Order: sequence, then C-alpha cells, then structure tokens
Amino acid sequence: MDEAPATGTNAISTNGSALIEVRNLVKYFPITQGIVFQKQIGAVKAVDDISFDVKRGETLGIVGETGCGKSTTARLLVRLLDPTSGTILFEGQDIAAAKKEDLKALHREAQMVFQDPYSSLNPRKTVGSIIADPFVIHGLLKESGARRKRVQELMDRVGLNPEHYNRFPHEFSGGQRQRIGVARAIALEPKLLVADEPVSALDVSIQAQVLNLLRGLQREMGLTLIFIAHDLSVVRHMCDRVAVMYLGKVVEIASSEDLYSFPRHPYTGALLSAVPVPSPTGGRRERQLLTGDVPSPANPPKACRFHTRCFKAQSICSEDDPPLEYKGTRTMAACHFPLTEAEVKLRLPAALTAGRNGSGNARGAAGVIADQPPSSSSSSST
Amino acid sequence: MSTPLLQVEDLRVRFSTDDGIVHAVDGISYTVDTGQTLGIVGESGSGKTVSSLTTLGLTRAKNTTIEGRILFEGRDLVTLSDDELRKIRGNEIAMIFQDPLSSLHPFYKVGAQLSEAVLTHRSVGKSAARARSVELLELVGIPDPQKRVDQFPHEFSGGMRQRVMIAMALANEPKLLIADEPTTALDVTVQAQILGLLEDLQRRLGMAIIVITHDLGVVAEITDHIAVMYAGRIVERAPTEAIFGSPQHPYTWGLLRSIPRLDTPRDEELVPISGRPPSLIQRPSGCHFHPRCPYVREAHKRIDPRLEPVTGDPGHFAACLLETDVRSRIWRALQAGEDPASLRHLVVEDQQPMRAHATHRLASQEEL
Repeated sequence: MDEAPATGTNAISTNGSALIEVRNLVKYFPITQGIVFQKQIGAVKAVDDISFDVKRGETLGIVGETGCGKSTTARLLVRLLDPTSGTILFEGQDIAAAKKEDLKALHREAQMVFQDPYSSLNPRKTVGSIIADPFVIHGLLKESGARRKRVQELMDRVGLNPEHYNRFPHEFSGGQRQRIGVARAIALEPKLLVADEPVSALDVSIQAQVLNLLRGLQREMGLTLIFIAHDLSVVRHMCDRVAVMYLGKVVEIASSEDLYSFPRHPYTGALLSAVPVPSPTGGRRERQLLTGDVPSPANPPKACRFHTRCFKAQSICSEDDPPLEYKGTRTMAACHFPLTEAEVKLRLPAALTAGRNGSGNARGAAGVIADQPPSSSSSSST
Repeated sequence: MSTPLLQVEDLRVRFSTDDGIVHAVDGISYTVDTGQTLGIVGESGSGKTVSSLTTLGLTRAKNTTIEGRILFEGRDLVTLSDDELRKIRGNEIAMIFQDPLSSLHPFYKVGAQLSEAVLTHRSVGKSAARARSVELLELVGIPDPQKRVDQFPHEFSGGMRQRVMIAMALANEPKLLIADEPTTALDVTVQAQILGLLEDLQRRLGMAIIVITHDLGVVAEITDHIAVMYAGRIVERAPTEAIFGSPQHPYTWGLLRSIPRLDTPRDEELVPISGRPPSLIQRPSGCHFHPRCPYVREAHKRIDPRLEPVTGDPGHFAACLLETDVRSRIWRALQAGEDPASLRHLVVEDQQPMRAHATHRLASQEEL
C-alpha cells in the first residue's frame, strides 16, 4: 500500500494544475445486524483506497461494471456522501471532512447531473423554479425579474424553449428532461460538473444530443467534467483521461488514446474485448470472455481483486496487492503481469490497435515522471 | 423454396385508448428461417416489442385490433384461439424478456419455475421435470446446477438470472426464440457472455432467433438479417452486412452516425438525429420520418413511402422517397464525415430549390 501514489509529484498525471486531488479515499457502508441493538457485522467496501487527480478543464471518465464504486466515487467528490477516510483536495482545500455549512460553498463550485431524468426532477415544480433553485438556495439574483431572465438564458443555452418556463417536467421527453438537469447544474457556473451515467436512460438517437451539449458547454465554460458511464464507446468519445475501476479500486488510469489502443490491465482488456462493435466485419480476432460474476464488495478477494477472474493470474496475485504504478508507458495500472502487445492485438477490435506501431514503451514515459521500467521479469515470465 | 418458419404479413396492431388510437404496429412484414437470427432495431415506442408480443398472442385485449397474418409453420397465429395459442407459447415459440429480475417470481425456487415450464407442455413426472431443470441450468452454463436449482432468484446475479430466463425459454426446445432486449440491463462483460451463449445454443439446437434491441453493436454481432423500425413500420430491411455496408434509409444513417463507436476516430463529432420520436396517435403526414429527416423534400410531407426493393440489390428493402443514386451519394458523403446539413444540395427539389440552386450558381459566377 505504501507505493500507492499518495505523494504529490508522482501523482496520477498532473503538475500542480489539478482542480481535484483525491488521496487514499475510502468509503465503507456498514452492514448491521439486529433491530434495537445494531452491531456492525461487516462492510461493503464500495471505494477502497483510491487516489487520482483531475486537471482543470479536462474530462475524466470513470468506467467499470455495476457495483465497482464509480457512482459512490462521484457522490463522494461532490460530498453527497461522507468519506470513511482519505482526503479530497478541491482547489487545495480538503473537503473530505468539510462541515455542512462549508459544503454550501463547495456546491457553488461542484455540481452533479444524475442518471435518471425521470426521478431527479421534482414533478410538482415548474421547470423554471427547478432551474432557479440553485439561486434561491445560495441567495443570488433575489430580484425575480433578473432571476427569470437568467433562467430563460440557461434554458436557451441547453436547447430548451425559454417559453416553456412554466411547464412541468412530465411535459418533457427524456432527452429534454436531461437538458433541464444540465441547466440546473450549470446555473451557478460551477468549475466542476460530475455527470453520473447522463445518457444511459435515453434513446440512442437522443444520446448524441446530450453528449454534444455537454461537450459544447465544457468548451464554452471551461468546465472540468467527470463523466461516469458503463458504455466504453461513449467514454472514449467524451473523455481525455479514463480511470477503470474494479471492486472499489482504480486498476488502470491513462489518457483515452493510450487506454483504448494499449490497455495494460487484463480487466481493461476484457472490458474492451466485450464491447460489441456495430460493424459485422470490423470485429476482433478473438474475444476474451470474463467468466463468472463480479465478487461481492462486502468480501472482496485478497490481494489483487481481479485474480479470481484473470487469465494471467499466478500465485503472487493472490498474495500481494499490486500498486497502481507506471507500466513503462504513460499508463498507470495495478497489475503484476500487464498485457503484452500481442495479447492486446488479439483481443481488441482491429480498428483500435491499428494506429499503433512499435512497442508500447517507445511512445511512453515522455516527461511527466521519472521512468520506471516495466517489470520485465514479470511480463517475460508468462 | 421452402416456406419460412415464421412469416409475418402486413401485421397491424392498434390500441384504442382514452387519448385516441395508438398505431403501434402499422403494416410490417418479415420472415425468419430456421437457424437464422433476425434483429429488430428501433427506439422505444417504435413498435418492435409490440410486434413480437403479438406473435405470442400477448397483446390480445378488448381494446386491441390485430390485422394481418402471422404464419408459423403455415398456421396463422392471429386466428388461433387462446387455448391453441397457449400450446404453442413457451413450447414451440418462447420468449426472453428484458428485465430478468421482474420476470422471475421472487417467491418460488428457480427449479420450481423451470419445472413449471416443462410440466405445462409435457406429461412427465415431477422428478423428471426437476432432472430436466438441472439439465437446462447446465446447458446455459450455470455452475453447480444441482445446488442452484433449489435457490431463489434473489440468490442469482443479474447475468445468472438472464441465464435462468434463457433456460426456461429453452425448456421445450422451441423452434423460435424471441429475445426482447436480452442484454440491455447487463454490464458489457456479462452481455458478451449472454450473446456468446445465445450463438452457441443456436448452433447446437438449430432454432431461429429474433433479437429485439436498440443496440446496433449487439445486432451486428449476432444477426443475419436486420429490420429497422420507426413509428410502427419497418423502414429498412436487409442482410446485416448490407445494413452496415450500404444503409439506405436516413433514419438508419442517423442511428449509425449518432453513436460513438470504438472503430472510428475518437474526436469524430456525433451527429444526433434532431427532434424526437413521433407520437403514435397523431403521426406525421407523408413519410413518418420527415420531421426529423435532413433530406426532406416538400413532396415527402404528403407521400407515404412503401417498403420497396433497392435498385440493384434485391435482398435490400427501404421505405424512402429519395432516389437510389441520391441515397448512395449522401451515404458516401456522410461516411467521409460531412455534416447532414451541408448535403441538402444533393436533394434537388422539384421546383423552388432548383431555382435556389441556380441563383446560387449565378451568384458564384458573379463573384468570379
């Protein structure tokens, strides 16, 4: 655990330009037994010691299967949940232990867009008052005419008709409701927007509308975006960097280009291998199927949590937890036996690896860090 | 040519509601052969689910009008009585539903629910039915079936529940399996497992499969033919390679261009389909897609296109009023990354825009 990149400079890709620095963040949900005298009999380890940085103005994607802790991470970052331990530095200030009064200031800077546009809007309020809520809560734009004008500007910005100010959420389609959610989130001009599966509840033809809106807003307002999704194609399209989570741990973090063309963690490889490509010819050579299900986060496997499903696992994987570290390239992965070029080529859709030539080491390690050679002993031993 | 296993002819399903008549399925035709997989693609409300529920007689109700024919091995399922249909449903035609959690009864053990599927159609004893249940669980790759058969649905994960659903559907070795969004509620890794399982089972059991989905990636992986539905109609139908290789309908183009995919450059702009799916009560005039179509002509707002064979490609059907050569020019331009809005000039209007085109040319000559 000591090697975990907790110290500033070896950070997960940043040179002091970070908006958020997450260090050793942990969130356990207690499992209790008994009705009157409750005692804790265990814990769901939703997020278990993760560290990463988010740079100003970038889009960081978080991907993983159901139950890997990606939504918990999102909620921790805007402090909708209280962390069990660890620090979250937002512009240098630790918000992990911030009190309720201080959180109000945080929420002017960090806002969230939720997954389900049907349940995240109060059905009894008009759209105008939903979008105006942030101003009411923070005591801004007290004069009603000015507030209304600003709300209508926001509606126009996200592609809603400003004249629909007095309508109720049920009069809007799913895509339009998600636009309402976005308008509410950007009302206070936050620095950070956390979008938790913002398009997974929408029809395919509508998804692109919302994705383009988010991208446009980011460009215009200089937003930092944390984008959480289970759809790897969407994440590749939206994000500059991507963190892959498995059972509460970040197992790989890299730029989109690197992650999708040369994944190092076998779990990332398996995820990419499983994505269906909408082309009957451009598929992969061999599909690496994961067997079984994700183990319970209440009782995760020891050491490397992926070893129970990993095709490269050896005895060390169940004894020694691999730290998240640079694997010769610019990619950080937590694995004793990272994927080799040949293994990647075999598993990924041909189009993803096509642009690459030479070995992964050739392009990596430029600048940022003192290079750590890839653990050559381990990769050759397979 | 032998008769296909399932032949749907001009099927129409209407529901009368308080708000008006919902034209859920509006004259669709398709066939499925033994050993083949048909994909039905469309958004929510396009009628894809209703059409297959009707095949199983699951839309029969007082307020429903069903017209057309659904020939299954030569018998018209539309005219069968409820009792006769019940003998086919779950026996010769089986269905897998989208949400495995709500499709399994939470009070009964998985084994009991599987046995029920067997006992409904076979006169076998309880122990034989149980043995069959274990066999089925093994068939769909559930480890330790002897033990799992006595467990409740809540003890299974999402992917495992979907496997149980598939096992139940296969209980009587159906000739046709209808899978309605079989992987939508599942993670990609589990989705890949389930798709692999379906393909494998089809090879071993030789059944026909209809997959209903909104995910173009899923249909590309496992189907032989694809029907694209929009507003209750099939707007394009073709072999899978043709749908992805030379799609003919603007809606299909929209679907293909609006999803981010792993095999295109990362920074390629997504081109959304503007607007939203139409109401099935008050449908747009003319071509139902015209309010969202970037290549609409005035005439398209009045004329209703029929599903017709594409010139030079007899297995490929499309319901579009644009000429075939115009369509292929537009698709080539779209593939080259052009914006749909910039391609309007390819759609030469009958009168007015002709003139606009001409004046445009005049203007550019003046500039010279």
